[in-house]
Amino acid sequence: MSATRTPAALVLEDGRIFRGSAYGARGRTLGEVVFCTGMTGYQETLTDPSYRRQIVVQTAPQIGNTGWNDEDDESSRIWVAGYVVRDPARTPSSWRSKRGLDEELAAQDVVGISDVDTRTLTRHIREHGAMRAGVFSGDGLVADDEMVAAVAASPAMAGADLAGEVTTARPYVVPAVGETRFRVAALDLGIKANTPRQLARRGIEVHVLPATSTVDDLLAVGADGVFLSNGPGDPETQSHAIELTKATLQREIPLFGICFGNQILGRALGLGTYKMRYGHRGINIPVIDAATGRVAITAQNHGFALEGEPGGRFDSPFGTAEVSHHCANDGTVEGLRCVDVPAFSVQYHPEAAAGPHDANPLFDDFVSLMQNRRPSTAQEARQ
Amino acid sequence: MPKRTDIEHVLVIGSGPIVIGQAAEFDYSGTQACRVLRQEGLRVSLINSNPATIMTDPEFADSTYIEPVTPEFVEKVIAAERPDALLATLGGQTALNCAVALHENGVLEKYGVELIGADIDAIQRGEDRQKFKDIVRQVGGDVPRSAVCHSMAEVRQTVAEVGLPVVIRPSFTMGGLGSGMVHTEEEMERLASLGLEESPVTEVLIEESVLGWKEYELELMRDGHDNVVVVCSIENFDAMGVHTGDSITVAPSMTLTDREYQHMRDVGIDVLRAVGVETGGCNIQFAINPVDGRMVVIEMNPRVSRSSALASKATGFPIAKIAARLAIGYTLDEISNDITGETPASFEPTLDYVVVKVPRFAFEKFPGADPELTTTMKSVGEAMAIGRSFPEALGKAMRSMETKRVGFWTRPDPEGATAESTLDELRTPHDGRIYAVERALRLGATPEQVQRASGVDPWFIDQIALIGEVGAEVRDAPVLSGDLLRRAKRTGLSDRQIAALRPELAGEDGVRSLRQRLGVHPVFKTVDTCAAEFAARTPYHYSAYEADPGAETEVSPQPDKPKVLILGSGPNRIGQGIEFDYSCVHAALALREAGFEAVMVNCNPETVSTDYDTSDRLYFEPLTFEDVLEVVRAEQESGTVAGVIVQLGGQTPLGLAQRLSDAGVPVVGTPPEAINHAEDRGAFGDVLTGAGLPAPKYGTATSFEGAKQIADEIGYPVLVRPSYVLGGRGMEIVYDESSLENYIARATEVTPEHPVLVDRFLDDAIEIDVDALYDGEELFLGGVMEHIEEAGVHSGDSACALPPITLGRTDLEQVRRSTEAIARGVGVRGLLNVQYALKDDVLYVLEANPRASRTVPFVSKATAVPLAKAASLVMTGSSIKALRGRGVLPAEGDGGDLPVDAPVAVKEAVLPFHRFRTPEGHGVDSLLGPEMKSTGEVMGVDTAFGTAFAKSQSGSYGSLPTSGTVFVSVANRDKRSLVFPVKRLADLGFEVVATAGTAEVLRRNGVPCGVVRKQHEDADAPETTDPDAPNIVDLILDGGVDMVINTPYGNSGPRIDGYEIRTAAVTRGIPCVTTVQGASAAVHGIEAMIRGDVGVRSLQRLQASLRDGS
Repeated sequence: MSATRTPAALVLEDGRIFRGSAYGARGRTLGEVVFCTGMTGYQETLTDPSYRRQIVVQTAPQIGNTGWNDEDDESSRIWVAGYVVRDPARTPSSWRSKRGLDEELAAQDVVGISDVDTRTLTRHIREHGAMRAGVFSGDGLVADDEMVAAVAASPAMAGADLAGEVTTARPYVVPAVGETRFRVAALDLGIKANTPRQLARRGIEVHVLPATSTVDDLLAVGADGVFLSNGPGDPETQSHAIELTKATLQREIPLFGICFGNQILGRALGLGTYKMRYGHRGINIPVIDAATGRVAITAQNHGFALEGEPGGRFDSPFGTAEVSHHCANDGTVEGLRCVDVPAFSVQYHPEAAAGPHDANPLFDDFVSLMQNRRPSTAQEARQ
Repeated sequence: MPKRTDIEHVLVIGSGPIVIGQAAEFDYSGTQACRVLRQEGLRVSLINSNPATIMTDPEFADSTYIEPVTPEFVEKVIAAERPDALLATLGGQTALNCAVALHENGVLEKYGVELIGADIDAIQRGEDRQKFKDIVRQVGGDVPRSAVCHSMAEVRQTVAEVGLPVVIRPSFTMGGLGSGMVHTEEEMERLASLGLEESPVTEVLIEESVLGWKEYELELMRDGHDNVVVVCSIENFDAMGVHTGDSITVAPSMTLTDREYQHMRDVGIDVLRAVGVETGGCNIQFAINPVDGRMVVIEMNPRVSRSSALASKATGFPIAKIAARLAIGYTLDEISNDITGETPASFEPTLDYVVVKVPRFAFEKFPGADPELTTTMKSVGEAMAIGRSFPEALGKAMRSMETKRVGFWTRPDPEGATAESTLDELRTPHDGRIYAVERALRLGATPEQVQRASGVDPWFIDQIALIGEVGAEVRDAPVLSGDLLRRAKRTGLSDRQIAALRPELAGEDGVRSLRQRLGVHPVFKTVDTCAAEFAARTPYHYSAYEADPGAETEVSPQPDKPKVLILGSGPNRIGQGIEFDYSCVHAALALREAGFEAVMVNCNPETVSTDYDTSDRLYFEPLTFEDVLEVVRAEQESGTVAGVIVQLGGQTPLGLAQRLSDAGVPVVGTPPEAINHAEDRGAFGDVLTGAGLPAPKYGTATSFEGAKQIADEIGYPVLVRPSYVLGGRGMEIVYDESSLENYIARATEVTPEHPVLVDRFLDDAIEIDVDALYDGEELFLGGVMEHIEEAGVHSGDSACALPPITLGRTDLEQVRRSTEAIARGVGVRGLLNVQYALKDDVLYVLEANPRASRTVPFVSKATAVPLAKAASLVMTGSSIKALRGRGVLPAEGDGGDLPVDAPVAVKEAVLPFHRFRTPEGHGVDSLLGPEMKSTGEVMGVDTAFGTAFAKSQSGSYGSLPTSGTVFVSVANRDKRSLVFPVKRLADLGFEVVATAGTAEVLRRNGVPCGVVRKQHEDADAPETTDPDAPNIVDLILDGGVDMVINTPYGNSGPRIDGYEIRTAAVTRGIPCVTTVQGASAAVHGIEAMIRGDVGVRSLQRLQASLRDGS
């Protein structure tokens, strides 16, 4: 914190106010306040579309140490609505750093706040749940009751349909690395750059499609498989994506979903979703594979979850399905697998970025699923 | 995978004595392992020669063997106990080497003992440098270019290929012993040949230099189901080139992007799997080129290490405890995290604070030793601090050191220092380098210059610049506002630092009052493994300052029980080690049992006391007045503080007693005024006079003239020392006036505020050490120890025997009467340690310390009486009589009247001479004197003195020889006394060689002996020898000698004569006896070994026989 600090305030829906200094852009921003416990990867976090309309609190106290580089963005821009840190770095240090984090936040007009007791704030969110909040600085910093009123007037996350705000405007293709073995239609509900990268690395040509795409659009691509991406908002609002998923399951096209995609598949299979008290946002979360009993340390970012019991089997309109993965910490449903149709999904992020790579082999599982339905469309097309 | 059912009995191997590179952390890990295994219903046997450990307390294992940690003795224990499995991964390199030896000599197979926690192949893959490098490459990792060499010829060829500078690392040595960086051919020749010698397999690795690269460590754990977690990442402040044990280290890593961190994690996990560490913890070291990010794997420890202890304390994730559970079959997801109670051990810790570890050095103890920091570890201890930012944690860690400097600006800059001179200083790493970084910046060097000179990462340099800027603001502000003060505290500035910057505030107390007036206090946060995502059930706290004046403190109210705060002993150093931690832990255990809430305050991550399980609440805080006072404040706000115990943690907390008491803190036990009675020479003299007890004549002087006058009066030799010291710092025996003048010139620089004490030195006296307990009514004599070396050797360095082997009943009665008189006169409530010298039947009082001494654990184990536990209860109001009634103390009798057939326990000190070299590459002198130099101790216990002594030697230096060649060279005054023991050695079949003078005397007395030449023979000396006779130093270095008996010649100044002989002995690792009494004891021991009656008996059996006998 420097001597010449611009005051700022983080105002919570329940009226609690945390004072600090302006960080990044000055002004006013509103969103749902959530905490993220990753100790590395703030650049990936900030550019993750799933954080759309969320004010992210970093529990790691010193942020910005490695600056901002040109390689680690997970999408075209910073998505978080606001950023809350304790101690921002003054001099970044990394051979890849191009500029400072505060510069980047200011340049992308992201209103942040520093010098906050982020631990007290995190404990507050843990006890009272993720809630609406606002960051106010500069001209935005007004009387307390005005700020509280502004927060109270902002929309809640439950019931928010945000995929449309983050999805790509038009389709684009990420070519396969090396020989093209398969073609996948990836429904962009807020996809991260590393996901197509992971698919492409396995010889998959990835057609990233807008969230509004129809079954015909998927079929037009000639997809060997369908991928449902991560994304922000309440899965209950995603009736379009859910219908699209049902159509895919009906046609028995291999399907793989991540995070939001897991919730969409679950809803297509008839499961309910609920808003968690404060969600899972971190890169240290243990997930148990019910089949093997093995644990993967995973990257997660979700505020909603599927209903279900660890290891539970259930009947769906598409035959039997099971809860294939669950969280070792709290038993949350972390993955689904259909027995009768070629579809599976996980609540966490095998593409990581930020986060550990333990779950990376899930992309190979998707490849196997498509392999079992040979010959692939991509290969047929070539022949 | 649940617990294995085929293992019912596990033998745990401890790490033996505290040495540099292998310290108290293995007591911490071993204690946790024993606890866990017993909780799991297994029978636990334990072997460890270190009596100062908690793990060797009889209640931590079913059978505890305080025996040397050598393959021979472990085999004896296996034969006696017949365990199903052996757990050796928690006892450091010593235990691991032992396990490998037992595998190789077939003992494990013979007795059907399974090695659990790591298999032999994995150990060898991890430790064999070439195999390890191949593995790293196989999994796609990168390594520095290198070759393994077994001879100097191979070394030379490799260096020609790789190019200088190179790093030399001997295989299978601990703490990087014998390793180092060499820049020139000469250095290479010397270090490589030494390295080949140090390595038990005559193997060194010659490696491309990655000097100046960023250095990292990962702590990983794997279970039998192939689940892996990374417990912690550690980043070194000091770049590659400084041993990680000697570096300032930081957790978590601060300057890695997620991409690089995950790459490191991936490689780490792949390496762990490929090496095949099946279950348990391991530590992997990495280096990253700061220019292009190239990452290489440096090395791996396939076991719990020093860094594991640090990682455990830094994260709250108990690695050793979990490793023990994994070893008996559990998987990570089956083990619950004690702290949250709801998450499993497979949840990787995440930190919302920063941890800084700072090493503690002891170069002042080894004059002449090269203080440059290299890849050989030289520090003797460390302190860890937790803060909410690097500057805050760094400030706390620096003031935890208890050196003269307690953070930036607390001492004047070296005279004439400039930016340039400071940058120069930064080019070679030394202790205190971080001060030079700050000074360079302050004197005008740019961050880039500092980075280039030191190799420290720019982010860290900027953090230090930030501290400097805040310091300047504090210094220059017209008024210290609450806001600025809060900001200064949040940047880690102590009250003392602020006082140094603002002289008008009238010192630390003035700053504190200002803080209190402005309401600037720290809050206490919790170490919870999860960055507050889950509620913590264990109160493991650290202080932090937040910008928000209304910040939240997490100390929960405790209205039910009165609290007792126990102040620990801080970083290990020579003179204040694990023994004090032992007493603190005992106090916590006893007070919890007695219905108090035990609250521990300490900053040493290597200890059992800083395990969150030991006390009801743990504060990981510096032991400074300021920090302790804030803890007291927080505890008073949450309940009733019945008392603060300052008597068990050594001199550190004792030094706070008066100020705490003045600040209204209830100090229990011996009151501060009484402590002063013992510490102040004049007051103590009055106590002795009042009781009619003789003390060596002494005087107090503030100048050379004064000292000379006193010395003339009482006669040379005299013992001179500054007042108020522990471990005999700055103490010397002076034989004449010129040495006295020289000493005063040096010593008055050490502590200008305290005068110099001049004592009559009692030549040839027997020194006696006593630990006792006093409640105001009754004295309980804990133990009377007789030193084996004569008075003049520091009690911490002297071997001693309990019960005393040559003292008669009247001597003991005199000791009891004197001790009681002192306890009463001083006003002791709790423990008292008194040192006596017995000369010509007069018992002189040398000194009294109203606190737990370093021998408390030894006495407790030798006599089966928990002295420290009893002391903590006496301090909180129990009487000795009541404790006798409750069975804490024996119903009658004490350590002063042990039965005649009581087992004999011998304590032997362990010295670190082989760790140090002069800048020219020579060894440092291994001579013992009044200044303590040992890092640790072992205990040998048996039914007779000879056997116990032999065990103590095996445990500390490797075994005494039972045949071979003994070299004898002694001072004239010792020649007569040594004839008999040397003759006995010759009779036992030893070949004797001696220098000319000594040989003459021996031959005249019928001892056949050969003559060798000294290395530098004085032409005028009477002992001129045949120039063709072999040179003794070469003879020793070539392995032609199995034991050295060498007492110092001359009687003034630094006694140089035997220096090269002794250092050669240290280099070869052969026993080197430097006193007459030591020689006699060694002969006893050798006789016992030749008789072959050296058996093993568990502590439980020994103590049962003691109890039955008394």
